[in-house]
Amino acid sequence: MRQSNNYIILYAAVLTVACALTLAFASISLKDKQEANIAREKKMNILSTVITLEENANVEAIYAKRIKAYVIDFNGNIKDGVEAEKINIAEEYKKKAEERSLPVFEVRSESNPEQVEFTVLPVYGFGLWNNIWGFVALKSDFSTVQGVKFQHAGETPGLGARIESGEIQDRYKGKTIFESGALAPIVMKKGEGMDYSNQPHEVDGMSGATLTAKGVNNMLQDYLKCYEKYLTKNQTTALNQ
Amino acid sequence: MSTAVQEVVQEKKSEPLFSKKNKKLLSNPLDIDNPITVQVLGICSALAITSQVKPAIVMSLGLTFVTAFSNLFISMLRNTIPSRIRIIVQLAIVSVWVIMVDQLLKAYVYDMAKLMSVYVGLIITNCIVMGRLEAFAMGNKPWPSFLDGIGNGLGYGVILISMAFVRELFGGGTLFKGLPFEWQVFKSMGIAYQGNGLLLLPAGACILLGIIIWIQRSINGYRESH
Repeated sequence: MRQSNNYIILYAAVLTVACALTLAFASISLKDKQEANIAREKKMNILSTVITLEENANVEAIYAKRIKAYVIDFNGNIKDGVEAEKINIAEEYKKKAEERSLPVFEVRSESNPEQVEFTVLPVYGFGLWNNIWGFVALKSDFSTVQGVKFQHAGETPGLGARIESGEIQDRYKGKTIFESGALAPIVMKKGEGMDYSNQPHEVDGMSGATLTAKGVNNMLQDYLKCYEKYLTKNQTTALNQ
Repeated sequence: MSTAVQEVVQEKKSEPLFSKKNKKLLSNPLDIDNPITVQVLGICSALAITSQVKPAIVMSLGLTFVTAFSNLFISMLRNTIPSRIRIIVQLAIVSVWVIMVDQLLKAYVYDMAKLMSVYVGLIITNCIVMGRLEAFAMGNKPWPSFLDGIGNGLGYGVILISMAFVRELFGGGTLFKGLPFEWQVFKSMGIAYQGNGLLLLPAGACILLGIIIWIQRSINGYRESH
């Protein structure tokens, strides 16, 4: 009986349904917790571009206190009725640059909540194997980089995956993304071990990961381009004040 | 098959839960029947996940959990599984447990889940799990199968954690990084130590694993039969 075709088909069908039900139940009952983790991680990434977070820091509280987020369009005008936290950058990335909803995360001063200390912008692009993304924090001149945070889905461990490490990300600190009024995003050069401290738009490369570096360069170029009008507008206001 | 079922009933009364035979199921995989060093299974994750102690511990727990419960379930179903699709059935059961572990990690220890993402999924194809199902659970009663799963998971864990210990200590100069009792070994002793990068790479892990196998086999005298 155990070898008959009917038995085998029935057995497989019952097993499949039982497994599927178990997993569906687990997925639904754990979903809230998982989504909360993902949201928390995003907030942590935004904050960590400008603040060093303690291991057990209360991310939600710090975020609520320091960050004011809104969404702008390509021309730098604020879009009403859209929540910056709800924007899925991966989805926006697929649209044309002019049609993207662009979140802006302003970091307010701890003592004076009216004063914008830093502006954190999301970036998204493609590395060597898969998507890469991150955040760039700009100082109040809207050009100098305070810090960056990069992440990746599938870069080579030990090579391209190094973009996730603090060592690489620190190289971007203090660089500028504007040159005499025009956007000039930071370029990661080929080769490693060179000194670029006098070059405002260049950083040292990653040996063996030139293609990932190219992806990072394109990501910064393309995504900051979307924010160019917003940034220039703010630079003028900052100068006039 | 009916006699086998009867045997289970009888033995449950007569055989204590941790009889000598059952204890062997737990202790053998730790040494003379170790899944990594003797059976040479599960090498992939042993090289990939051992650069720090913390992920090694989590991975060991995950694998122990999966092996134990897959063994238990397959053993309970063993008399109903059609032999022509038994591998698929085993795979389905293993997958359910692995996805369960993955979901639980994502919900409760998100950092860990991110660090190990691919490797948790790869438990499905970890030879230890499939090997134990085919070799043990298909022919033994649920309780011994469960113990066998735990034993092999622990055997795997012992090697994983000892490798991670050496790699983290000499590769990064720390121990238990990310755990509450993190210890900057060399810094606390006042020694400036430049971490050995080779140990952090999979290649270094491979060499280290070879050394561990060498040491273990020279102690217990295991030789492969030709």
